[in-house]
Amino acid sequence: MDLMINGERRQIDVPSDMPVLWVLRDVLGMTGTKFGCGMSLCGACTVQLDGQAIRSCVTPVSAAAGKAITTIEAIGATPVGKKVQAAWIALDVPQCGYCQSGQIMSASALLARNARPTDADIDAAMAGNICRCGTYGRVRAAIKRAASEASISGRGVR
Amino acid sequence: MMTTVSRREFVTVVAAAGGGLLLGYRAEGAQRAASTATAVATAGTTAASFAPNAFIRIPPDGSVTLVMPQVEMGQGVYTALSMLLAEELEVAPGQIRLEHAPPDDKLYGNQFFGEQMTGASSSVRAFYEPLRRAGATARAMLVAAAAASWNVDPASCRAHKGVVTHTPTRRSLTYGVLAARAAALQVPDKVTLKDPKDFTLIGTPAKRLDTPGKVNGTAQFGIDVRLPGMLIATVAASPVLGGKVARLDEQKAKAVPGVRQIVRLDDGVAVVADHMWAAKQGLAALDIRWDDGPNAKLSTPDIVQGLAKASESPGVTARKDGDPESALAGAAKKVEAVYEAPFLAHVTMEPMNCTVHVRKDSCEVWTGSQALSRARAAAAEVTGFPLEKVVLHNHLLGGGFGRRLEVDYVTQAVRIAKEVNAPVKVVWTREEDVQHDVYRSYYYDRMTAGLDARGTPVAWTHRIVGPAIIARYLPQAFKDGKDIDAVNGAVQLLYDIPAIQVEHVRHEEPVLNTGFWRGVGVTHNNFVVESFIDELAAASKQDPVAFRRTLLGKSPRAVAVLDLAAREGRWGKPLPSGRGRGVALLYSDWSTYLAQVAEVEVNASGDVRVHRIVCAVDCGRIVNPDIVKAQIESGVVYGISGALWGEVTLKNGRVEQSNFHNYRVLRMNEAPQIEVHLVRNGEAPGGIGEPGTAVTAAALSNAIYAATGKRLRKLPLQSALALAAR
Ligand code: FES
Ligand code: FES
Repeated sequence: MDLMINGERRQIDVPSDMPVLWVLRDVLGMTGTKFGCGMSLCGACTVQLDGQAIRSCVTPVSAAAGKAITTIEAIGATPVGKKVQAAWIALDVPQCGYCQSGQIMSASALLARNARPTDADIDAAMAGNICRCGTYGRVRAAIKRAASEASISGRGVR
Repeated sequence: MMTTVSRREFVTVVAAAGGGLLLGYRAEGAQRAASTATAVATAGTTAASFAPNAFIRIPPDGSVTLVMPQVEMGQGVYTALSMLLAEELEVAPGQIRLEHAPPDDKLYGNQFFGEQMTGASSSVRAFYEPLRRAGATARAMLVAAAAASWNVDPASCRAHKGVVTHTPTRRSLTYGVLAARAAALQVPDKVTLKDPKDFTLIGTPAKRLDTPGKVNGTAQFGIDVRLPGMLIATVAASPVLGGKVARLDEQKAKAVPGVRQIVRLDDGVAVVADHMWAAKQGLAALDIRWDDGPNAKLSTPDIVQGLAKASESPGVTARKDGDPESALAGAAKKVEAVYEAPFLAHVTMEPMNCTVHVRKDSCEVWTGSQALSRARAAAAEVTGFPLEKVVLHNHLLGGGFGRRLEVDYVTQAVRIAKEVNAPVKVVWTREEDVQHDVYRSYYYDRMTAGLDARGTPVAWTHRIVGPAIIARYLPQAFKDGKDIDAVNGAVQLLYDIPAIQVEHVRHEEPVLNTGFWRGVGVTHNNFVVESFIDELAAASKQDPVAFRRTLLGKSPRAVAVLDLAAREGRWGKPLPSGRGRGVALLYSDWSTYLAQVAEVEVNASGDVRVHRIVCAVDCGRIVNPDIVKAQIESGVVYGISGALWGEVTLKNGRVEQSNFHNYRVLRMNEAPQIEVHLVRNGEAPGGIGEPGTAVTAAALSNAIYAATGKRLRKLPLQSALALAAR
């Protein structure tokens, strides 16, 4: 199967129903994307598919064929992702950090389609990303900070 | 005033291979020579930068490596401990490289446990002075080395950002250049620590050192380990504790592409595969018949019944002031209540996992653990290898909360790996994680108080029924039948009441393993104590803050945080109907004073929504105020999840919850505004990782009472409220 991951073409030989999460982590060794629940309940596994935040633990790899997958390893190469990471660093958002790849992937997807999200927009986009360390207040503040940094444009890495 | 401390601890210095300065710093002097010899040998056989008995390592390239004796699980300890070292060592945070300490109780032990353990909100308390002293000693030697090479008085030299400068002549040498010379010097007997007023780092909101790797996917957690030839396994342990595999049909599982091997343990089965997807599918395809064993018929009501019955007999007295019995008999009014707190799961974001490679005569383990030496000992025990044949590599922890103080998942992974001819990473599914936790136990508390005619408390008795976790976990600390953990937040009652009795009735339930949960004993104690004091305020028709205040005459620090929280929390200001404010105060052996005002809303359908949480915190000397705030925010969120919804229940020996859909935790759209106000003083540092969690349940319950008039005496609050509304 042919996949486009972070702008690179990758050839893999896996069952077509295998979730993208395990392709990334266990086949390609890209461990930045995390496993948290396996049931689309926690958001730890969030990646972007053509710029949309999706839960990779329930997305079969066949659904990703022909689309651009962007992961935490490359989100910093997008203008939005770069601003989001900078805001995360400025506010020291992460604690244990385990949920943060997913938080950043969801937040970047939100900001790419909505440069000035309201609190309600943030709630809607981020409610699926659980953080057991309770960084929610800082995640919200960092999204607003990233949003306030000049104009934002661009989708995932192609 | 400068503090001069004589060197109670040993500081050992050896010249490592490559001529680097290697500072081994120990809390105890025993076996110093042996440890040092080991370190040298290790350092000699590998690179100079590999020396397991050091907090500080400065090779000639001038880099500064700090070895972290406590593990990073989000609490910011790598940054806080580095600040302690860097402050005295005179290096800038940007110069520092961090390393996880390997397991070594002698070198890296936490004085509160006597072993290398990260927990009980103890890291800064335990290492505040030792790490400063380690830094100061290294700095003094580097300065002495510089002074000697210029033939000048060390007092005329100054260290700053990794460079020693001779002030009068402006000559300077870097730590890297000085490292070899400093290593040859005698360790000074006395070392002068900085006067706190000269701190340039401690007390500042320095940036966390672990943030960059946590925003780009490079941070390495245990679950991220990758090794050549590594296989992935997932496991199903007996759904009932004490159960066994009765029959196993492997056929269908073996047919799943990518499945390599099925490992049958007496109490569980693991599927070993090329990747987690195959392992999960293989596990689902297994046909396992369990023999559920002796706990097969136990359900939550049976456990509660056992606790209730045990609560009728007296327990071990943990505190006794005055004569509660006669004070109660003579009281104008008697108030009695029973409180209950359920089993709780930790649900760290990173599910339990451990990677193990068992070779012919040695074993290597990769994991994230709060108890490194126990993790290594567990592997040694399973393999039968001596300790020195077990190498343990620690990682960042995707949450600890007390769960990773246990090493059950390490033991299990080694048992599986023993049967596999390759390195194997054992990863629990979330379902396995929720259903095979080492749970916060169920607790059942009986409260009695006597009030005089003016409503002033004259007697207070508190009987706590639950397990003695300390007896299992730290048996050396379990003296005279007293579990210091189970009662800590009850014994440390600050209220000035003339007659007080606190008892613990030890009652163990074999149906679930129980252990420490963020906030430990204080969490359930504080819910009971701070709810009950609210009941007394109501019984004497007084305002909850004013009532507490009158009883805190001997605790000015408690009054200060209470007043601060009340002011910032707009205590007494009107609220729309359906809303209420609650207050709770916390003090315990963590030495931190914390007052919280919670503002909640209960809507028409009875759903609780937390709007605002205000905390006032006095944790003594603050190392990093931003990390203190982050920890309180974190603790509060964890506490809200537990208090509103957290509950593990049993049916026929099986845990009924399995994943986030039925073990509900707080989400972003439900998170309140949290404000943290810090009190600054020079008192000894207090713990900060857990107080935010421990104080929250009572504040919420008291706020729900204010909003609805319903007094909830049972957690979780949301279901207790639903019951009360019927
Ligand atoms: S692991 Fe995919 S949503 Fe939790
Ligand atoms: S930072 Fe630990 S789970 Fe979010």
